[in-house]
Amino acid sequence: MNVLNEMKLSFPSKSSNESFARVAVSAFIAALDPTIDELADIKTAVSEAVTNSIVHAYKDTIGTIYIHARILDDRKITIKIRDTGCGIGNIKQAMEPMYTTCTTGERAGLGFAVMQSFMDKVRVRSRPFKGTSVTMEKTLTSKEES
Amino acid sequence: MSVRLKIDDKEVTAYLIGDIDHHTARDMREEIDNCLERNRPRLLNLDFRDVSFMDSSGIGLVMGRYRLMQELDGEVRIYNVSSHIKRVMRLAGLDRLAQINGGKRDECVK
Repeated sequence: MNVLNEMKLSFPSKSSNESFARVAVSAFIAALDPTIDELADIKTAVSEAVTNSIVHAYKDTIGTIYIHARILDDRKITIKIRDTGCGIGNIKQAMEPMYTTCTTGERAGLGFAVMQSFMDKVRVRSRPFKGTSVTMEKTLTSKEES
Repeated sequence: MSVRLKIDDKEVTAYLIGDIDHHTARDMREEIDNCLERNRPRLLNLDFRDVSFMDSSGIGLVMGRYRLMQELDGEVRIYNVSSHIKRVMRLAGLDRLAQINGGKRDECVK
């Protein structure tokens, strides 16, 4: 598949960068003139993945988060969010809705459920002590249809 | 400022402002909880009219306040959610915990 455009971004895992990350990706995607709902879906999915890296992968430390976003043929976009943090031991369990390692009751454990619901495809790769990458795909509605 | 609080007799209304994510939810939570503990209301209204974005951190925010209000023997009502925020809430089944109202509630505010 042809890559029509792409961008790469890296930034420290500070929680103040959550809004920067989703706004940067939405600015990149804006060239495709997505609907308001599509843009909200993508921003939310990016926010969830970046928050996971901040809260879990780099718990009690600051590391680097990498984003690689691509625009492919037929209005398809891919967004890869990667960290070199602690990794996920059991990916299947981590992706279960409401599963959370947070004990304060303030995290809902819905990050992956949101990503899966708002994007077409979500692929997670992780190795303990090496890091995690989340690759998400979405095909935007064609302009003729809408 | 991320929350504006309005305190009536047995009722607290929290107008949430701006983006709700993991970064901003902490301040919102602290401000609301301080107010709830001081006033011990029977009803907490969460108003989303000025919320520009929300991810699942907003779910945690609502669920945590729901639990606190249960301890106070009170309830939570949610107002003025956009269609996108409603989708995030439905995903978590929040509509089963709290009453979600899409429309304006100006008529019920003094």
